[in-house]
Amino acid sequence: MVQLTLPKNSRVVVGKTWPKPEGASNVRTFKIYRYNPDESANPRVDTYFVDMDTCGPIKIKNEIDPTLTFRRSCREGICGSCAMNIDGINTLACIYGLDEVKGEVKIYPLPHMPVVKDLIPDLTHFYAQHASIMPWLETATNTPEHEWRQSIEDRKKLDGLYECVMCASCSTSCPSYWWNGDRYLGPAALLHAYRWIIDSRDEATGQRLDDLEDPFKLYRCHTIMNCTRTCPKGLNPARAIAEVKKMMVERRL
Amino acid sequence: MNFRTDRQRVQGLGSAKEGTGHFWQQRVTAIALVPLALLFILPYARSLGADFATAQETYASPFNAIVAILFILTAFRHLQLGLQVVIEDYIQNHGTRTVCLLINTLLTTAFALAGVFAIAKVAFSA
Repeated sequence: MVQLTLPKNSRVVVGKTWPKPEGASNVRTFKIYRYNPDESANPRVDTYFVDMDTCGPIKIKNEIDPTLTFRRSCREGICGSCAMNIDGINTLACIYGLDEVKGEVKIYPLPHMPVVKDLIPDLTHFYAQHASIMPWLETATNTPEHEWRQSIEDRKKLDGLYECVMCASCSTSCPSYWWNGDRYLGPAALLHAYRWIIDSRDEATGQRLDDLEDPFKLYRCHTIMNCTRTCPKGLNPARAIAEVKKMMVERRL
Repeated sequence: MNFRTDRQRVQGLGSAKEGTGHFWQQRVTAIALVPLALLFILPYARSLGADFATAQETYASPFNAIVAILFILTAFRHLQLGLQVVIEDYIQNHGTRTVCLLINTLLTTAFALAGVFAIAKVAFSA
């Protein structure tokens, strides 16, 4: 059966409570998942208190606890590095507003992935799945002297797809990906697959559909829609997958 | 420790080139079941609790008998397809999964045929 409880060494225990800032009146509580592979201890949840009047990006790591580990880079939602689970939603930490969270802020790594350290999940398999859908233009026609041309209407079909930053929020929110992520490609890789299938310049459309036609790679999607609900970029992977399924039927009718 | 690359692991045994048939059949049977279920339940409810003669009279009508048989075949095919998805979703062990899929196929087929036989027996006994 699928794993519905955490293995013993992954159960989360109560961690350290860090001191409150002195003289601060506007304080918020942050509960953050911590795991250090160098210690043989279970993961724990540490409690931090942040003075919101002096709060800015990367406050806790800079001023309270430098050992807190997480990926980050662009601080404007374009690199996709800082995806994590905040207040029960997979999102990008840099663009998710603290005013959207009521009460204490609970922060965990992306669900159901192996944890490298603290808020850093191991995304190796996720990236390899993306690579497997051939995320590039495939052509058989000789390369034109100038660019591959595309009409304005055909270019519009890529809107809502090309914006994906591969943060993995959608795939790790999907129960089908939790249970069968080894074989199911997940919403992110499938959205990218559709992005190339629908590209008017691509000449491998049939081969791309062939590669996806599989009970596990594609058809584990049951339109649960967690992917669309959680996407921090407001994209709709569920629709992209539905379009791929429609094409699968279309080419046999 | 094995030295397989990540890409090799993702690729696995490749695409099964199948799944659309299952997807499409599940939808076709679902649509078919809407009228079939209604047309099956109405005469069935009438003979429910009545004596055997009433049932014989109901299913002696070719329309009622054919609708009942179509309903049973479609419903069990739909059930088989649905249960297959549940099994593939939740049973991870490949051996257990295969055994469950086998049991699913055999049982749903057997139940469907038993239903068809029952309707035929009542229909032809009048």
